[in-house]
Amino acid sequence: MKFSEEKLKKVNEIIARYPDGKQKSALIPILHIAQEENNGWLDVTTMDHVAIMLNILPIEVYEVATFYSMFNLKPVGKHVFEVCRTGPCMLNGSDDIIQYIKDKLGINEGETTSDGLFTLKPAECLGACGYAPMMQLGKHYREHLTKEKVDLIIDECRRNAAKNN
Amino acid sequence: MKLLLENAHIEGIRYYEIYRKHGGYRAAEKALKMAPDEIVEEVKKSGLRGRGGAGFPAGMKWSFLAKPEGVPRHLVCNADESEPGTFKDRYLMEFLPHLLIEGLLISSFALGSNLTFIYIRGEYAWIVDVLEQAIAEAKTNGWLGKNIQGTGFDCEIHVQRGAGAYICGEETALLESLEGKRGNPRIKPPFPAVQGLWLRPTVVNNVETLAAVVPIMNIGGEAYSKIGVGRSTGTKLISACGNINKPGVYEIEMNLSVEEFIYSDEYCSGIPKGKKLKACIPGGSSVPIVPANLLFKTAKGETRYMNYESLSDGGFATGTMMGSGGFIVLDEDQCVVRHTMTLARFYNHESCGQCSPCREGTGWMYKILKNIEYGKGKMSDIDLLWDIQGKIEGNTICPLGDAAAWPVAAAIRHFRDEFEWHVTHPEEAQTRNYGLAHYAEPLSTVTV
Repeated sequence: MKFSEEKLKKVNEIIARYPDGKQKSALIPILHIAQEENNGWLDVTTMDHVAIMLNILPIEVYEVATFYSMFNLKPVGKHVFEVCRTGPCMLNGSDDIIQYIKDKLGINEGETTSDGLFTLKPAECLGACGYAPMMQLGKHYREHLTKEKVDLIIDECRRNAAKNN
Repeated sequence: MKLLLENAHIEGIRYYEIYRKHGGYRAAEKALKMAPDEIVEEVKKSGLRGRGGAGFPAGMKWSFLAKPEGVPRHLVCNADESEPGTFKDRYLMEFLPHLLIEGLLISSFALGSNLTFIYIRGEYAWIVDVLEQAIAEAKTNGWLGKNIQGTGFDCEIHVQRGAGAYICGEETALLESLEGKRGNPRIKPPFPAVQGLWLRPTVVNNVETLAAVVPIMNIGGEAYSKIGVGRSTGTKLISACGNINKPGVYEIEMNLSVEEFIYSDEYCSGIPKGKKLKACIPGGSSVPIVPANLLFKTAKGETRYMNYESLSDGGFATGTMMGSGGFIVLDEDQCVVRHTMTLARFYNHESCGQCSPCREGTGWMYKILKNIEYGKGKMSDIDLLWDIQGKIEGNTICPLGDAAAWPVAAAIRHFRDEFEWHVTHPEEAQTRNYGLAHYAEPLSTVTV
């Protein structure tokens, strides 16, 4: 586990925000960066590395990583579909969208396709209730989802993956 | 009247030059010439109430801040917007980042915070970029950093991302998270105003609350207090969603009737396909659901308005709450049992696990609701649900327990026959063939 030069600079910038002795406050922001650097998930080696960077015990990292739902503790696909299914999204048809994705990709909630491209991760309210149904894909939201839109998103992900190979 | 979103439609208002051209940082100019305590007085006079959900008077919260000699104080902006139905802060931050930064600068100056944080929910990742760009611009133009506008006041603002935990919207859980820990709420007292971030005196306010400080400075606390009605002063952002024609974020004066809000073309524009209104959760998922017949009129037959007092008229028996302004509308074809089930799953997922009534109770409620919804429930399950919710409420360290109990209680209170229907019609329930057509008729009886 190693952070890129650019990310290491960002990490040090974040640690410098806090008063002396309060560097543990940087833990969650740094875990986000670590997860990005480690193919979207946190393994024990990565978490131990973060513990050393912040001069805290490994357990202090584990207890935080296991608490927050954005941290993945097992490998995920290249593209993680986090589809909201809470009240307002349900009222606007999120059940059908989730079923459609399951059928189309042949996976259940929490699973990854065998080519390692897609993971379906059910999510609870993401704060886009007026633009439902929706999902988070990487840094951005995809809103007003329809089956057609889901098809386009899947195609887009496949094209990107082909381009990068 | 719009005080917050007045300029939201202006192209490029996200950038400093354009924001400044349209009157931006004028409130900060004024505030920096005042004594910090004078600003606190103005906010007190305005009657501004916390916009995160609890509605506690902001000026009073500020005046509780302890000021021991030699101990730094902090302001923390709560941007962990996660209450289902609520997406107003996101809108404000995305389109008017400088309004929030200006509000934060004024508030930091008033409270004496040289190090201020915006704690934003982790999923709003792209908004972090918007805010950081605005902070950089403000710094370049002398509104942040050292010796701001020659006043000798220093202030840095940092944006910190959470990582997907609703509980971190509770202020002490937020502070734990900001300290790099699990989001387990603290036992109060001590309150954050005395021992908050790193055990230093801290004020935690919602995004909308802090943005509202800008118009309060511009027009004065007294003028602000005259907008709205009674103790519901100023304007409120409402995020409207569910089964309506025009979902979105609206800024309202709090003397608007609920009926006008739903049916007027200026706001939600009615319900799609001409369907009838069945129920509404007007203040985010935690507040009680109310059936149509109690939404437009109170039990006393008076018009219900979009404000703190009117929405809660009748208590939980026949009223609801203003909450965070997350306004969720259900049309006649929606199933209250299923909707409540998704909310119960939400609270079960989000319980931090610290207090057993909430940790265990939210799971039980979800399982029982799931059974009922999928046609596997018994009549006694409905009473069991009622019993469990009553044993969670009031028995936990933080209000998440109450927030999980109230939606279940209100659903049973007002829609018990729908729960019973699921039990007596298991096959239809399993295929989600709800047959709820009778709900299209006005609900005539409410069991209180």
